Amino acid sequence: MAHTVPVGQKWWSGGRSPFNVEYGKLMMWYFLMSDAFTFGAFLISYGTIRFSSSSWPNPNEVFRTFPFIGEMSVPLAFVSLMTFILIMSSVTMVMAVGAGQIHDRKAVMKWMFLTILGGLAFLGCQAWEWTHLHAEGAWWGRNPFMNIDGTQSTTNFTNYFFTITGFHGFHVFSGVIINIIMLIKTWRGDFERTGHYLMIEKAGLYWHFVDLVWVFVFTCFYLL
Amino acid sequence: MDSSHGTTSFTKEKSEFNKKAIWKTFWILLAITVFELIIAIIYFETHFFPKHILNGVFVIMTLAKAFFIVAEFMHLGHEIKNLVMTIAIPACLFIWFLIAFMWDGSSYHDLRMRYDSYQYEQSKTKVVQPEKHEEGKKPGKE
Repeated sequence: MAHTVPVGQKWWSGGRSPFNVEYGKLMMWYFLMSDAFTFGAFLISYGTIRFSSSSWPNPNEVFRTFPFIGEMSVPLAFVSLMTFILIMSSVTMVMAVGAGQIHDRKAVMKWMFLTILGGLAFLGCQAWEWTHLHAEGAWWGRNPFMNIDGTQSTTNFTNYFFTITGFHGFHVFSGVIINIIMLIKTWRGDFERTGHYLMIEKAGLYWHFVDLVWVFVFTCFYLL
Repeated sequence: MDSSHGTTSFTKEKSEFNKKAIWKTFWILLAITVFELIIAIIYFETHFFPKHILNGVFVIMTLAKAFFIVAEFMHLGHEIKNLVMTIAIPACLFIWFLIAFMWDGSSYHDLRMRYDSYQYEQSKTKVVQPEKHEEGKKPGKE
């Protein structure tokens, strides 16, 4: 930014925003905090149940399929692809924010379009994974997988998996909708009229948060 | 920490946006993820190291990834300290949250193994691996 903050600047003496960010952006941060605690509660509940269980299904056994290669076993390959797609779409989102900061409308539209594509690709992957697991007999209240030590497993595994990945998938879905709205607004030139692209930055924060949550979901369900 | 980030000036010449830093973050995130996958697969094939240590590694890697996403992609690392602290301090609640609930879970597990003979039997009884695509296999209820 153009102005540099002098050392010893008094932020709370009035006349300026003490956090040096726009109001809406600050509120987006606090919304994301609350959302983080919602996801945190889900994941910690999952962790508590897992700690209270004597055994648990092996993710390398459950998540070992990939589209179009039949029954060949490739543990975790598909979910890595999904992770890659989401990280990649986070990068394109940052590029859109950067383009917005220099008021390059064409570039914002290009990067927003790519971000939306990434989000849709992720949702497509998740739809495939859910369909595949459902075909294997897994759903809320049904768990066809054995525990790693060969004992009978409970439905906790599938209940948590579908609830938490579903809640995350819903966030991705709403993120895609928000990004589409931002793309339309950019295309209409709304941000040129208001003089800044801060809405893109706020949508970007939400989109990165979805990526952030996926990092934790990925670890909790597929690695641990 | 660079605190020269404001929101009130939207002039064209301030192009402090650093593409290089973003791609660097991307490569770090990708490298960490690939590393996690490699050790997960090595463990799956060979059971080379104890699972507890492996889980510790995964948790540290995850926190590292979270840090890079929040600090670079979400730009929090470049905001002023007051703002960073209003995010970082409440997030510390997770430390208590995790310890308390994991402790509770494992305590519940110990109690069940000691006093609930049905649960204890279940945890010792191996079941026959069912055929794939066997619909409607209802597992034992909790």
